Parts: sequence; structure tokens; C-alpha cells
Amino acid sequence: MDMDAVQAMGMRVEPTDAQLVARCRTGDPEAWNQLVERFSRYVYAIAVQAFKLSEHDAEDVFQEVFTRAYEHLHKLRDDEAIRPWLAQLTRRLCIDRLRAGSAEQLEEEVEIPDVDDTIGRLDESLAVHEALANLPDNCKEILDRFFARDESYRTIGDALDLPSGTIASRISRCLTRLRGEMEGRNRGASPS
Amino acid sequence: MTNVPAYDEEKLGEILSALPPAPEAWVKWAQEIPNTRRRLERIVERADADEDFRRRVIEDPETALEEFDVVAHAETVEILRRRLDADE
Repeated sequence: MDMDAVQAMGMRVEPTDAQLVARCRTGDPEAWNQLVERFSRYVYAIAVQAFKLSEHDAEDVFQEVFTRAYEHLHKLRDDEAIRPWLAQLTRRLCIDRLRAGSAEQLEEEVEIPDVDDTIGRLDESLAVHEALANLPDNCKEILDRFFARDESYRTIGDALDLPSGTIASRISRCLTRLRGEMEGRNRGASPS
Repeated sequence: MTNVPAYDEEKLGEILSALPPAPEAWVKWAQEIPNTRRRLERIVERADADEDFRRRVIEDPETALEEFDVVAHAETVEILRRRLDADE
């Protein structure tokens, strides 16, 4: 399917991570906005779910991650590696934060949690969110509101001006489309 | 790209729920970094050219940032201090 046909169906083809990083390097402000949008949940989730930082500490880490990302983006050797690079940076800053907290409380040694499984789960979720970004806006919005934002049918219905009774069936149809999108990606990724 | 096995719809919903949005204000702050950096550079340039202004910025960076329409968050104040130190 060519790009025009995809856009005519109300779908968007999101830039790859590498394309986004390359555009950020040229100083494209829209690309930077998109990069922050794409990875903000991931960085936030590593801080609060994997390392269980307080909101206050998580905010500091979040800001430092994106500040450093902005400063050091040109040092990234492989543009496609932005996700693991951000994960590693977030992980390091969270550990620093935990150590600084324990030093303040005069504890001997802070226990650093094993976060590999949690980050693996977040990587998987990010991949599904990336697939979601390629669905039409109506599907993207309803699935994000219901699953990621944990909104009720009523809230979704009010926000999107939809009768509550139709929400469940729309979610179901959109999940089927998402599954199709994921299958398409997996076919594209498997060796021929 | 992370490979995700062929999950059914129920599992996909569960996986989506693992990434709730970050607080909106944090995201906006991060998106403003390029603008903030440009404004910080203007402050540093003026401080380089005007010794009185430099002293004022060092004494009260928060007010200087606000004058240049920059939210005086701790991280931003720290960056400004580092930039001024580096120029000395």
C-alpha cells in the first residue's frame, strides 16, 4: 500500500525512531515535540513502575533525562538505538536518585531493584503503542483512553461525543485492527 | 524495534495499559527545552556584555529567567548557573 492510499484511509505513518532523531538533530522543533511525546510515557514508567520513585523524584529524573537527551543527541552512534539509550539513561539517573536518598537518610547501602523484567514489559508496551500510533485517530484515541488512561465508558463517551452503549463494540473493533497492525509488523520484521 | 508475539485482543489491551501518560505539565516542560535553551543563551549573551546584569543574574537567577519568559525550575536555574560559570 503506498503512502497516499494509507493517508486517504485516515491512517498515519509515523516516522521511525531513527528518522525522528535525525530530524531533531537538524533543529526541527516539531520532531523534538514528537520525540518527547513518543518516549515520555516510557521514561515516566521506568521511574515510577520499575524503580518506584516518588512523583517528586520521578519528575526530577524525567526532566534530567530529556535535558540530557537534548544536549547529547548528537553523540548517539545509532539513531535507531534511541529507546535503549533513553532506558539506560533513565535507569542510571533513577539509581543515582535512590543512592542519594539513602545517603541523606544515612542508610548503609540502598537496595537497587532488579528492573529487567519490568523494563522488558514496558518495551513491549511501547512497541504496541507505536503500532497504535499508525491506526486512525478514532481508534488510537479510544484505545488509549480506555486502556492507558483508564477512563470509564462514560468519560470516553462524553469526551468523544459517543453513546456509551457503542464504546465497547468500538473498542473491540479497534483492538482487532491493532492486532492486524501488530501482525503486519511481525510479518515485516521476520526474515524472508 | 521490539518484537511482540502475536497476542490476542485481550492481551493487547493489557499491554497498552502498562504505559499511562506522563503528567501533561512534565511533557510540556520537556517539549519546551529547545525554546528554553535559546532564551538561556540570550541571558548568557547579555550577561557577557553587561557586568551589572551578570551580577543580578547570579544573585537572583529566578527573576532573570522570568524576565526572559522562562519558568524558573530548579533544573533550569542549575543549567543557567553552569553556563555562567563556564563563561567566567
